[in-house]
This record gives sequence, structure tokens and C-alpha cells, in this order.
Amino acid sequence: MPRRPDLRSVLIIGSGPIVIGQACEFDYSGTQACKALREEGLRVILINSNPATIMTDPELADATYVEPLTVEMLDKVLAIEKPSAILPTLGGQTGLNLAMAAHKAGILEKHGVELLGASVHSIEMAEDRDLFKQAMARIGLTCPASKMVTSVAEARAVVEEIGYPAILRPSFTLGGTGGGIAYNAKELDRMVQFGLDQSPVHSMLIEQSVLGWKEYELEVVRDAKDNCVIVCSIENLDPMGVHTGDSITVAPAMTLTDKEYQRLRDASLAIMREIGVTTGGSNVQFAIDPTDGSMIVIEMNPRVSRSSALASKATGFPIAKITAKLAIGYTLDELKNDITEVTPASFEPTIDYVVVKYPRFAFEKFPTAKAVLGTQMKSVGEAMAIGRTFSEALGKAIRSLETGRAGFDLPMGALGDDLGALERAVAVPGPERLLQLGRAFQLGLTLDRAHELTRIDPWFLLHIHGLAMAELEVKTAGGASASRDDLRRWKRLGMSDRRIAALSGADEDAVRAARKAHGVVPVYKRVDTCGAEFAAHTPYMYSTYEDECESEPTSARKVMILGGGPNRIGQGIEFDYCCVHASMALAELGIESIMVNCNPETVSTDYDTSDRLYFEPLTLEDVLAICDVEKPWGVIVQFGGQTPLKLAVPLARAGIPLLGTPADAIDRAEDRERFGAVMAKLGLHAPRWGIARSLDEARAVAHQIGFPLMVRPSYVLGGRAMEQVYDARGLESYFERQLGLLGGQTRGEGATVGFPLLIDQFLADAVELDVDVVADKTGAVVVGGVMEHIEEAGIHSGDSACSLPPYSLPRDILEEVKRQARMMAVELGVIGLMNVQFAVAGGQVYVLEVNPRASRTIPFVSKAIGVPLAKVAAKVMCGATLAELGIKEHTPRHVSVKEVVFPFMKFDQVDTLLGPEMRSTGEVMGIDTDFARAFAKSQLAAGVRLPVTGTAFLSVRDGDKVGAAEIAQRLHALGFDLVATHGTAAYLRKLGLDVRGLNKVLEGRPHCVDAMDSGEVHFVINTTEGAQAIQDSQSLRRAALTNGIAYFTTLRGARAALEAIAVTKYEDLQVQALQRYQ
Amino acid sequence: MSTRYPVALVLENGRIFRGLGFGARVESIGEVVFNTSITGYQEIVSEPSYAGQIVVMTATQIGNVGATPEDLEAAKAVCAGLVVRQASPIASNWRATQTLGAWLESVGLPGIEEIDTRAVTRVLRDQGAMRGAITPHVAEIDAVLERIRAWPVMDGLDLVPRVTCTTPYTWDQPTWHAPDDGRAVATPPVTKHVVAYDFGIKENILRQLRDVGCRVTVVPATTTAAEALAMKPDGVFLSNGPGDPAAVTYAIAATRELVASGIPVFGICLGHPVLGLARGAKTFKLPFGHHGANHPVKDLTTGKVEITSQNHGFAVDPASLPAGVSLTHINLYDQTAEGLALDGRPVFSVQYHPEASPGPHDSSYLFARFRALLEPR
Repeated sequence: MPRRPDLRSVLIIGSGPIVIGQACEFDYSGTQACKALREEGLRVILINSNPATIMTDPELADATYVEPLTVEMLDKVLAIEKPSAILPTLGGQTGLNLAMAAHKAGILEKHGVELLGASVHSIEMAEDRDLFKQAMARIGLTCPASKMVTSVAEARAVVEEIGYPAILRPSFTLGGTGGGIAYNAKELDRMVQFGLDQSPVHSMLIEQSVLGWKEYELEVVRDAKDNCVIVCSIENLDPMGVHTGDSITVAPAMTLTDKEYQRLRDASLAIMREIGVTTGGSNVQFAIDPTDGSMIVIEMNPRVSRSSALASKATGFPIAKITAKLAIGYTLDELKNDITEVTPASFEPTIDYVVVKYPRFAFEKFPTAKAVLGTQMKSVGEAMAIGRTFSEALGKAIRSLETGRAGFDLPMGALGDDLGALERAVAVPGPERLLQLGRAFQLGLTLDRAHELTRIDPWFLLHIHGLAMAELEVKTAGGASASRDDLRRWKRLGMSDRRIAALSGADEDAVRAARKAHGVVPVYKRVDTCGAEFAAHTPYMYSTYEDECESEPTSARKVMILGGGPNRIGQGIEFDYCCVHASMALAELGIESIMVNCNPETVSTDYDTSDRLYFEPLTLEDVLAICDVEKPWGVIVQFGGQTPLKLAVPLARAGIPLLGTPADAIDRAEDRERFGAVMAKLGLHAPRWGIARSLDEARAVAHQIGFPLMVRPSYVLGGRAMEQVYDARGLESYFERQLGLLGGQTRGEGATVGFPLLIDQFLADAVELDVDVVADKTGAVVVGGVMEHIEEAGIHSGDSACSLPPYSLPRDILEEVKRQARMMAVELGVIGLMNVQFAVAGGQVYVLEVNPRASRTIPFVSKAIGVPLAKVAAKVMCGATLAELGIKEHTPRHVSVKEVVFPFMKFDQVDTLLGPEMRSTGEVMGIDTDFARAFAKSQLAAGVRLPVTGTAFLSVRDGDKVGAAEIAQRLHALGFDLVATHGTAAYLRKLGLDVRGLNKVLEGRPHCVDAMDSGEVHFVINTTEGAQAIQDSQSLRRAALTNGIAYFTTLRGARAALEAIAVTKYEDLQVQALQRYQ
Repeated sequence: MSTRYPVALVLENGRIFRGLGFGARVESIGEVVFNTSITGYQEIVSEPSYAGQIVVMTATQIGNVGATPEDLEAAKAVCAGLVVRQASPIASNWRATQTLGAWLESVGLPGIEEIDTRAVTRVLRDQGAMRGAITPHVAEIDAVLERIRAWPVMDGLDLVPRVTCTTPYTWDQPTWHAPDDGRAVATPPVTKHVVAYDFGIKENILRQLRDVGCRVTVVPATTTAAEALAMKPDGVFLSNGPGDPAAVTYAIAATRELVASGIPVFGICLGHPVLGLARGAKTFKLPFGHHGANHPVKDLTTGKVEITSQNHGFAVDPASLPAGVSLTHINLYDQTAEGLALDGRPVFSVQYHPEASPGPHDSSYLFARFRALLEPR
């Protein structure tokens, strides 16, 4: 059937901010869908609150609503746009949940829109675990024994039957939020209560455990004629018990006979048909008992998922694009396979390589959380690697992760070389398990014992063992002096030059030189969906150490873009957005674009994005190897965040031509001493600072600068181990706690550190600003935008909300800030993007930090001002001037507010207090005519429901009492009842306010947390300082979080909230497409 | 693991790929073809249609799940060898009884690993399937090349005598199901009798016939129509098999008579061109054949697409189909003929493998269709 003629316009729901369990993969799927539907002449309407996405670029849809993903907002969009249909299966769980909520609220019926892809009935059957289980029983499939419960008592009764351990799965939550494994009654009670609270429908499934079974996923696509294909099979290396998002996964499935595989295939197709997913991609998960082959169905997702993004990248079959086309009526055989060009999409890809996906964790950001993996997803990103063998792909995946690991180089630390300790460690799944296993093998762990401890399939263990043992060989055979055969064998196993060098005590460059002298160089093979049965027309490539190279580089002028690698906190989708824009710019300039990246979730790794794609680790070795083959005219390292930026100097040293700002300018900006000279030369102010390499030096610096201080190690990403220090004791405590991270040796008085420590004057009560500029080779500079942070200076800029244009600073300050930014761009010789962070305190402007590269805020600014800054910058880096491009400064009339979202819910026991260490995973944008409305939207989009009435609770530090009083008065004027901890209450009462006092948690019950738990509090303002006070008040903030109460931990944040409340109390927020804001 | 020894894959065009040996340490010559199926190497190696062929697996990790007698498609493995990127030294599966290498050794077949199988595949794709050898005589490549070039080409080669049975036998085993398979249907009682011509029949065809209630008498390929009909079957089945279909003249003659008798006939794989040739159609050799488990085939009567298991080097020329013969299925990769039916007669055939094993089960409905034809009309 060709496309349905009755469809005129389709609304796509995006997935909102990046959170654990929902990342760039939905930008990838949504972007594909937008393109696919517009190709068909359909009007595409998009709603997504995440400005860092490619899909929300105004040119990708006909009407782009960067609005909160709520039923109310969707209702308003539908009223304006009146689309024929909604495609809800491409926006992750968020998109599906919003569509379901809209249906339940009668909105879909009201506007007469149909759901494409999956019906309400199908979605319910797939998502509701009881209905799903019944459906499976109807088609002869088994699910784990389970029962839905709505109370702790019911849960206890179920576990009486199925026994411990019991798997807890709350209904309708994302990435398994609130779920887990309970091993005993005490854990059960606590976890069930928590999980029920997380579930929007207050129910959860208690399920029989199949821990240790093998886990598989199949990606299925179905069309309206009931043609079904399996795009990819994926096997989890980590057996059941670890969330698939946290598992190392391998494609294709490695340890299934054809009979077993076909059984999974048959079951998958039967499930698609029974659930009734009419068109598009779905994902089905199975567990298999390794001892007798028994099979159970774990779940199915009636939508495009993280796994389908992985499957698309792993096979070259674009599931989201095909899903969009099928949704509007096409059948698989009517669609073409883009890669072969001669065969249809109605086939099953076959792959002649092995794909390994490796999760990236961020436990270092949450030191109080336990680094143990379970049914709730905790990873923040992933890397994918392709090799011809599992071992090669695994080796490449390890070095793709950007954890500083080049092989099984586990930091010895606590585990040391203690086999017993390692055995105990690998028995519990954790983020480092694979590396621990490798180390344990080197120390003599047997394969049988490893299988007993981990239940990982012996076939995988064999290869991990092989790779680990080869490392020992390197030690004895040497690196740079090894024979050709040895080098070739190690490279074929996936070992990095860096690891060979480290093991043999050689220099990495020397190993590489020796290897190349022996002719041991990688070749590039193509991902072609068909195992080379047909010629591939898409240069989507990966490296391997084999005979034949298929890269066939062109002789065109070409530019290579280095991507951002796996998502992590501090480096995410924003940088992929910039890289994709660089690629678009190159296309507009007629320059061949070559993308290098290893993150399977992204738009940049879509083979459609650039002229050529190398799916490779972003290490010096891998990038140089591609340069050897492609010989690019220029390389862009400034758009992918820290990952490629770190390569700037070594690449330049290797003679690779870098585009834009010279590597030396990056060093001048990042090296404190050199930057100090720049500041002095320009006559600009920076906070006083010093460098210390020991506790003694730190004390001396502190004495010179004066407290409070901001302390951090040099060269870190996302403000890791960055803290405010208020006094001498605080400084000692910092050394004590962070010594390991700082590469410290001695503890106590004589403490010294490996990396220099940066100590800055901390500007109390300063307003922070972020400025993004683009500069060209003529020295012309355009300020893209000035953003005022809503939180005070001291909160990591990545964790601050901000407003563009600024909302509280006078014009002359803003002009001064722009002037200073321009001066710095010229002085540093920036060609391309530069970001400056300023602080304004007492009317004085201070420069906090300069980064001559794409910043996290580029996509937000671009959307706020309607100018694609990254694209402009890429053109400028290729030689264009701003004048030629017609780029001028302008300040928009509307206001855009960026707000961030945090993964606190996923990490039990973690304090939610904001600080200098970045912990947010994603961002949203609120856009409206004024600050109050834009801020209100940003909160709504971030999932914060600002109350317009009820009781507000205040507990503030002494320094904030004056400010709190003014806030309390405004709350009172808005009709809120006031409660406060006794100290704050007494202060407010003196001012004549009617405030009820509440106990702090330490003061005995009933206390403020009880009040929150019993629903008596609707708004929380809590500021605090000093380690003890922070610790004492943590439960208060956790209670606000878990009870879903709007809370603010800074007064500036609270004030902004009040402005929003004042507006939303009396009127509804309106929606408007981005295209209409210009 | 036994000691590693050097082995080479030598192609008739002079390309040499050096690797390591596993399985039997012997030289073997045959037509080199590639198979793109990810699963089912054991079924592939034991499929008689691969007689005289060296199989290159495009999937790179082969042997992971070892070997088990349950997954054999014929009692003896007759292909000419196996070429892989990496062969697993261990068998990791609850049903496995031995490793791939041990099994190949036990059936006398050589294997070669550490080969750039993608490079080999691209040679075969671009230049067509060609003769080649897996040889341990790595120092005497010239002599090996001479032996290869002296080897008979596939065109015009009748390989059926090598794989057919010598005396008739009866089959009554149903298909394999996992012990916990809640979707398996009970095997129906035997109600019909089918005579199956053995051109190198895969056991899963016999199992599938049993699954639809047929007792099967497997007969040698040279059985005449009269001999077959004398067994009073309700239908006749023409099996898969190796070689050039046009060379199997005795079977083509028998098929012509069987069709004329009015008895229901169903052909698979070699049985399909044999039926076509019996009705006067022509066959031709495909450049590199179809060998895999992912080919889309469209049923022209319903418009539905099935994902099929394929293994053939020759195809029926659709332009040569005489009146009374309809094209029922086509391959969406290259539009070649995949299914035929005789107008007004209970006779049909498919080029691909609805019995799967290895491969998808999308086409198993054809056995039910055949079973329906066996009812008196």
C-alpha cells in the first residue's frame, strides 16, 4: 500500500530532557521520523521540551513546539495545529506515556486525532504487566511468575509464594525507576514502598527471579500487511539481574543454536501480532535458562527504544525512519534499503562483524550511592564498538568509554592484586566487573570458577580470558620490539597501542611506529546490512586488522569532525548537536564531511548525517589511523566537548591540520598561568586564585586569597571534585576526602597531590553569566547570547537554570560583559566558538572561565536567538567570515529559560543540594513573552509542578534570613500558608508573619519530613551551608524529592519560582511554535 | 585445543587466503560459495545440497554452540569444507555434545579460520562462485591450483547420486521442540502417505511432512514414476539437492510422468527446477547463488513477504515458463523465480527452503498447503 492519502499532518512527540534511561537515541529516532515524514509531503508538527536536540531545529519540522510535555500543553498544540494523527512511538516512554495520558483525559477524542503505530489498546496490553502476562499465556508463552500489588502487605503475600530474591517492577516508570531486587523481608518492605511512590499509578509487579539466566533482545518491525522482520538479535553479556541498559550487550546473539534463535523469532512475531503493534519497531526481551534452554518472555516495548537505536547502528537498518514510513501506510517491500539501493527493506539484516555496547556510568558523581547494578538503570551513556570478532569489538569498546582505560588496567586501589577480593567483587555486578574479571584471570582465576561467580556465558568468558592473558604476553614479549606476528595477533584481539605501550613500558608513539613499520595497520570494512552480498553505497565503516580495505577514500576536499563519544554527565547531546551542525555546514559549503564517533544513540552516527561515517573510538590511535587513510584537509576538534579537545595537541603534534582556533589558544585559555597573563594584558578581572600541590601550599594560598574558596583539581570535566570551602577545617577535610582522586600520596598533615589543585576566590552572592560568541579569521566577533544564571555563582554552570536575555542585570553591565568577551576572542585568536563564564558581584565583572570551543549552551542559545551558531562557526572555521555569512548580534524580544534535570531519583541516599560539581543529565527550555512565563514553562518541562496555593516550608541559613523574609512576604501575599524550622520561623514571626514552627529532623518527631510525607507541604525553600548543616538537612531535601514537592535550594531560584507562581496562579500558559518567535 | 597448523583457501582465480586449520587435516576441493546466515552452521554443513561446495560463513563467530546430533540435516555431511573468520574452540550450549572442530574432524571435513571472509565473499560476489580448495599443502600452492583447475565445474554436474539413498526407507519423526515449548502443537496422527524423492533430502523436510500427518517413504532419486506410484502414495515430494538441475535427467523424466498422473506433487529447492524442467522451462546458473536465511520472497497470490532460508546456485528462468505454469513467488532481492504452480493441477514447488533449519519459519504454511492437496477432491 502506498502512503495513506487521508493524512495531511502528523504530530511527533519527543522524549523531553535527557535522563537516565532516555538519552539521545530519541533525538536520533525523532529526527529520522521528521525527515521521513516531510519527504512524503506531510506537515510535521513536533513537541519536545529539549532544546539540545537536532529534532527541535526549526528547519526539521513545519511547526516546532519547544513546550513542556504535559497533557495541557499537548491539548493546546492540538487545538492550534489540528493534525490528522499523532505518532507516539518515537519519543520513548515519555512520548508513549503522554499519548496515553492524553487519551485518558479525552484529548485525543476531543481533537479527533488518531494514534499511528500502536493503538491505545496495544500500548496498554504491552505496558500493563498483568494484561501482558495474560496475552503471553494466550499465545503459549511464559512470563516469570508474578503478581501486581498496590501495598506492602500484598507484596509480602506474593513473596510467600514465589520466594526470595524477588524482582520489583513499578508500573509505568522509566528505565526501571523505583525497581530492584529484594533479597529479604526488610528490603522488600522498604523497596516496595519506594517503588509504589514512584509509580504514577501506585502499583508494581512482584516477580519471580530468573537471576543468572541468559538475556536476549530482538528488534522487530511490522507493517500494516503483517509483514514482520527481525532487524537484530542482541545478547546481554551480563545475565539476568542487570538492567539491559546497564549490561554489556553483543550483537548478533552469540550463544544460540538456530533452533533456539528461531524459537525466539517465532515468539517475537507472535507477540507483535498478539499485542497488536500495527506498524513500526518494537523490542522484545527474553530470558533463557542456560541449563535446559527454557525460555521466558521478560517484556516488550511497543515503540522505538534505546535498543532499536543500537540495532539500527549495529545493522545499518534505520528502524525509526522505517517506522515512520510504515506508520503512514507503506509496507516494508515498498521501501528501499538505503545502503544497497537495489534491495527492499523487507528483509532481515545479516551482519559479518560483532558489535559490543558498553555502558558508561557516573558513580563518581554520586559517591554516596552504591556502585552496584540491578534492575534499575544507572548508566548515563554508552559506547558501541564494531570489530570482526567479539574480542576485537570488546577491546575497542573498552577504550571508547573515555574512562581513561585502554585495557584491563584496573586501578589497583582497594582490590590490589588480591584474587580473593576480586572474586568477591565480580560476584556482584558493578560498573567495573569486566575489568575486575580480566585482572582476576591474569591472577589465575579459572574459567569454570568465573562462570560460577558471574553466570556469564562461558563463551564470553573464554574471550575475555583470551584478551586478558594476551596482556600478560605483552609484558614478556615487549611492545615496540615485538614481532610482526605478535603485534598483529594483539591488534586482532582488540588491544590498543596505549595498552601495549603501558604493559611493555614503551612509549605509545614508539609502539605505533613499530607496528606501522611491520605493516600492521587497520583496514576499514563497511556496515552494509547484507554481509557483502550486495555492494554498499553508504560509506559507514569500522576498523579491523584484516586483509582488505573498503574505505575507498575520495580525493575531494574533506573535513573530519570528531564527535563526543559516550554521553556522560557534563558531556552529552549538546555536543552531538554541534557536531551534526558542523556536518550540515560542510554540506552547504560543498566540502565532504567525515564523522568519527562511537556513541550509538546519536544523530551524528546516523549514516545519513555525514558523507562518510567511521564508527570508531575517539582515541589518538584510532583517529590517526583514519587520518592515514582519509588524509583530511582539516579536522574539527572543538565541537565534541572534552573528548576530541583532549586530542587537539597530540593531533597537531602529529601534523594533522586542525581547523579554527589553534591548539595553542586552547592551552592559553586552559592553563591558569598563561590565562592569568592574558587577563593582565587585557586589564580584566578574575577572582584571585592560586595553585597548590600540597595541603601546606593550599593553606598559604587560602591565607593570601581569603575564604570562602572554590577548590578543584585542574583539567577535570563537569566540575568533578569541585567544592566550596568556607574555612581552614573545610580545606583539611577536602584533602582528606578527595586525596585518591587527586592522585595524592600521604594522608594528613603532609598531604601532597598528583594533579595541581586550583584554588579560587569564591564570590559570594555573585550573579553568574554565560556568554557564547563566534569569531572569524578577520577578528570579527559576534556575541550569540548572554545568559544570566538563576542560581548564584558557585553552582556548576551545567546545573544552573539560566535566562536569555538576562532578567535582572542592568544594561551597562551586559555591555561590559560583551565587550570583555569580544576582547578575549580577539586576543586568543579564536576562529569558531568560544564560551566565557562571568560573575558579577558588587557591580564588578569577573571572568571565571574561558573555553575556546563549543559549549553546552550552544543549542539552547541557537534556538533562543534563531541563529544556528554551531553551523555558523563551522563555516567560519572553514574560512568564511561573519560578514559574508551576514551574522549580526541581536537580542530577542522573547525570553528563553533553560532548566536542568537531575538523576537524583535513581540514586538512593544522594543529596539533592546543588553545588559546584555537575550532576544534571539533561535540560529543557521554556520560551515565552516574559521571564515569569518562560520560567514557569521551564519548571513544568523539568517535571516540577509549581503550586499556586497551599503551604510553603522555609528553612534557610542565617545569611539568607533577610532574603527569605521578603520571599515569605510574597508567599503570604500569594495566599500560601507558611511553615518553617524554628529558627527561621522565629525570625519571620518577628517581622509580623504568621508562621508555624516545625522540628528539624534532629529535633524529634513530628518533624518537617513527617509534614512532607503526609502531604502537608507543597513548596520547599531550603538553603544551607557547612558540611554538618548540609548533612543534617539532607533528609529534608530527599523527602521533597521523593514526595514530588517543588523545592529550591537557592534564594534566587525561589524568587524566580515566585514570579512564575504569581503569573500561573491567575492565567494559563499558552503555546507557540518556535518558527513564530523570530 | 589441538595444535594449530597453517592452511590456505585457494581460489581458482589465484587468490590465496592463509589461515589456520581445524576439523579434518585434509585437502578438499569444491565450488566456493558464501552463506549469510548468522545461525545454523551445523545444519548448513550437514545439508546435502552443499555437496561439492566449500561454504564460507559471512558471520564471523562460528562454532560457539558446538555440535549436537539433534541439529544434523543428514546422516553424513557432504559439503567440501568450511571457511570462517573465527572458530570457537569450545561448545557453549546445553545441547552440545562436541565442539565444531571435533565434529568436523569426525566427519572428515576440513575447516579454515582466521580468514578475511568478507574479502572472500566480495571476490565471490563480484566474480561469481568459483572452484577452490582448503589445503594444508601451503607450500605447494601451484600444485593445488592445478588440482583446482582440473576439478569439474558445477555447470552440467549431477551430484545427486552422491547424496541420494540407495534403498527406500520410512520416516516418522516430527520436528524438534524445546522441552518447555508452550507453543508446540501435538503431532497429529498419520493419515496420509507421501513418497519423497531423495535428491539429498534434508531431514527437517521429512520432519515437517510428519508434522502435518504424513508417513513418508523416502526413495532413491532414480526411482521411476511407476515404481513410486506403485507405493500408492497420496502425494509425491521432490526434495532439495545439489548440483545442476538440468543434469538430473532421470528425475525430470519421472516428474513429467508423475505430474501427468494427476497425483499431488510438491517440490523444494532442486525439486523446483526439476518440476520446471519437466514442464519445459529453462534453468540458468546464478552468479553466486542464494545462500542465507534472510531473503525476502513475495507470495504473488497474497502480496505478503516471507523471510526465507535459501540455498541454490541455479534458478528457473521465468521467461521460459510454458503455458499452464504460473509464477507464484519471487525473490525481492533479484526478482528471480522462487515458486511455481501448475494451473488446475495439485502441483507446486518453491526454490527456497520452507522447512528452514536453519532459518525463519515464515514459510512452513506450505507444508499445510501440500497436506490440504492430499485430500481427495
